[in-house]
Amino acid sequence: MPEPILQIQNLTKVYDNGVRALQEVTFAVPKGEFTAIIGLSGSGKSTLLRCINRLIEPTAGTILFNAVNVTTANDAELRHVRRRIGMVFQHFNLVHRSPVLTNVLAGRLGYVNPAWSLINRFSAKDVDKAMQQLDRVGLADKAQNRADALSGGQQQRVGIARALMQDPVMILADEPVASLDPVLAHGIMQYLEQINQEDGVTVLCSLHFLDLVHRYADRVLALNGGKLMFDGPPEAIDDAKFKEIYGKEAERVG
Amino acid sequence: MFRRIGLVLAILVAIVIYAYGFEVTQVNLEELGSPTRQQSLARILRALARPDFLEYEQEEFVVERPIYVPCPEGGAPAITPPAAGAPSLDAPPCADPESTIIVSGHNFAPNTGGPLNFIPPSGVSLQLARIETDGGGNFVLSVELRDRTAEEAQYLRAVTRRNVGWPHLSTNGAETIAKILETVFMALLATTIGTALAIPLSFFAARNLMRTVTSPLTSVALSVVAVPIGAWLGLLVARSLSLSGYQLSDSIAFNIGGVLLLPLLIWGLLLWIMAPTRASATTGGAQPSRAPAAVAVVALVIIGAAILAGYALADLLLLLGQSLEPYLADFAFLGGFLANIGGILHLLIAPICALIGAGVLMSYAGQLGQTLVERVEPGTGKVINLVLGALAGATLAALIGAVLAWFYELRDPALTLYWPALTGALAGAFVAFRTPYNASLPVGLTIYTVARTVFNALRSIEALIMVIVFAVWVGIGPFAGVLALGLHTVAALAKLYSEQVESIASGPMEAILATGANRLQMIVYAVIPQIVPPYISFTMYRWDINVRMSTIIGFAGGGGIGFLLQQNINLLNYRAASAQILAIAIVVSLMDYLSSAMRQRAI
Repeated sequence: MPEPILQIQNLTKVYDNGVRALQEVTFAVPKGEFTAIIGLSGSGKSTLLRCINRLIEPTAGTILFNAVNVTTANDAELRHVRRRIGMVFQHFNLVHRSPVLTNVLAGRLGYVNPAWSLINRFSAKDVDKAMQQLDRVGLADKAQNRADALSGGQQQRVGIARALMQDPVMILADEPVASLDPVLAHGIMQYLEQINQEDGVTVLCSLHFLDLVHRYADRVLALNGGKLMFDGPPEAIDDAKFKEIYGKEAERVG
Repeated sequence: MFRRIGLVLAILVAIVIYAYGFEVTQVNLEELGSPTRQQSLARILRALARPDFLEYEQEEFVVERPIYVPCPEGGAPAITPPAAGAPSLDAPPCADPESTIIVSGHNFAPNTGGPLNFIPPSGVSLQLARIETDGGGNFVLSVELRDRTAEEAQYLRAVTRRNVGWPHLSTNGAETIAKILETVFMALLATTIGTALAIPLSFFAARNLMRTVTSPLTSVALSVVAVPIGAWLGLLVARSLSLSGYQLSDSIAFNIGGVLLLPLLIWGLLLWIMAPTRASATTGGAQPSRAPAAVAVVALVIIGAAILAGYALADLLLLLGQSLEPYLADFAFLGGFLANIGGILHLLIAPICALIGAGVLMSYAGQLGQTLVERVEPGTGKVINLVLGALAGATLAALIGAVLAWFYELRDPALTLYWPALTGALAGAFVAFRTPYNASLPVGLTIYTVARTVFNALRSIEALIMVIVFAVWVGIGPFAGVLALGLHTVAALAKLYSEQVESIASGPMEAILATGANRLQMIVYAVIPQIVPPYISFTMYRWDINVRMSTIIGFAGGGGIGFLLQQNINLLNYRAASAQILAIAIVVSLMDYLSSAMRQRAI
């Protein structure tokens, strides 16, 4: 087994209102793996992904990313961790009124000189890089359009380009295709697969549909009520496991 | 059952409340209907319906006829008849006092009007009736003579007036236009000042931005101590670099040199510092190749050069404005404007330096505190916190004491310095003792609460009341109005703005933070693009409000059209007041329309 890029031990998150979103979650992700996280809405998938780069502060447990302890990192260390972890969101989270190019360049903010970036100045090298990433997701001609002028699928591709600008070693994808129709969904998943296989970027992706999991993931983590219920290859999810993860009433489709 | 009783009770309570309301507001239907009141109402409404805005040149025809009151013995002397076709006045040659006579006029200008006066020997005009000529220029009036007797001839004088030429602005109309312009510019300046200050302040009053700002007690305490020291240092540096009063600073050439050369110097030094870090930024981790001491010295030189450049720019504007003023003739106000801007800049440099000094020192103190918390053992940390907490408490208490001493003119240092400092120190130490040494304190929420409280307090004081203080400070006039409106605008806009910041989508902020951006970058890339349209729209809306406010702020000494309006109302000059009311209505509705049109564009 290759050396793990991410090690999570006993991760627990209790929100201020008492909701236990994660309970003692422990797992490790080897470098270069495509891991899917499944579970019902509210099972803790988003919380788990956001704890990894501490967009949400974990209550207890440790997270090691590239052998750096994320949970105890101070501000500067945390920003160094974050800039190597690209993140793709369900609602794309682009800045609507900004041009597509600016949205992509924003992925570079962790690297550039803060003073220059405050007046929206990026080096020619960064701009070239941004154009390359846009070209890669097939949107080079939209660089100057406002982000909200793009369709949902296009916006998600901009989101991926932004994550790629970070030179990530890992990408966290939080339901990246949940707001898209099935055809577009495969398109987006193929980009993630390509980044995983060609660039060797580790992908941790929460998904709703089991068929997407079977098609793209090397490994599945299943959460239910904040607890890790299953950790193994997609083929190992039999009917019994399925009921355990999704509850007794759930019907298996496909 | 209980609900029904509750309903009946609620209705009864409502009746009592409204009855008492009628009582205290002195609702009086008799006054509404009384004939004298209605006459007054009709008079004022008619005056308001004829605004004193335009007037005609008037031509006056005066026709006189002697009359003896009472009839002299032996009859009145004969009167030479007027030429045929000339305007003439017909009346008995003599009559008894207070008798009724028939007065008729012929060959007057048709459809004109004016008074028919009785002129006794003293020369005073006593109006007997109003003349209205018919289409043929004739009139017949039956009038009662006054009780004025004299042996010599007295006179009946008919005065008719006719409008000639085109209407033109009356004096009151011209004044109204000048003042309404003044009013619009008052509103413009107040909105500009208010917006400039409210934008940065609004971020401090936005809960979603401030909630995540926390720091350990060590940082907080160090920052509290650092703020006054930093402000004092900034002030000291700015004061000592100010060249005013020296011969050299009065030369335009010297200041031009400063404005041109100093930024070049600063640019060069900045490049010297930044070049190596820029190269290493891509490889990860900043590796400054310059010695830290050298960088510090250069940074100090840059700060000094920047302050000097600021002063040079301010003095240059001042000198240019002053020396251009005599040559600009009608545009002398442009020179005055330049000089004013220069003067304001010169005045602002010291406070800005104090603010920057406080900010920089505070941020270093915060970082130092963070480092201490990370490096030091819990036991030592606790001791450090106790000392720093006491220091911070003493500083805060001493500052509050100084403010109180100023307000109430207390001169006893024991009362305003020693005891408060001691109490503050004890309280600070106690807080430090009770707080775990590395606990994160909600600094952001504290700042948020303080900012919100201040804004709400300021907002609740109407600009109409604020202007009273400013009129005492800078004198009655539009400047006082601008300052009062400006202050109120800061508070009102900061609150509206901050609510906009609170309502923006959090997704983009999360996404930008996830890239490893710092807080400031997050604000520039995720917050600002989202708030530009609402900020523009609120600024427009506020300008609209300020125009409306500035029309009445003159009532309290704030200049503008309100001042004129109040004067005319007090003089019972309702036709003049009507012109001003009309002007206000036109400008306010125009602003209403303009601002909504511009707001629609901005979104």
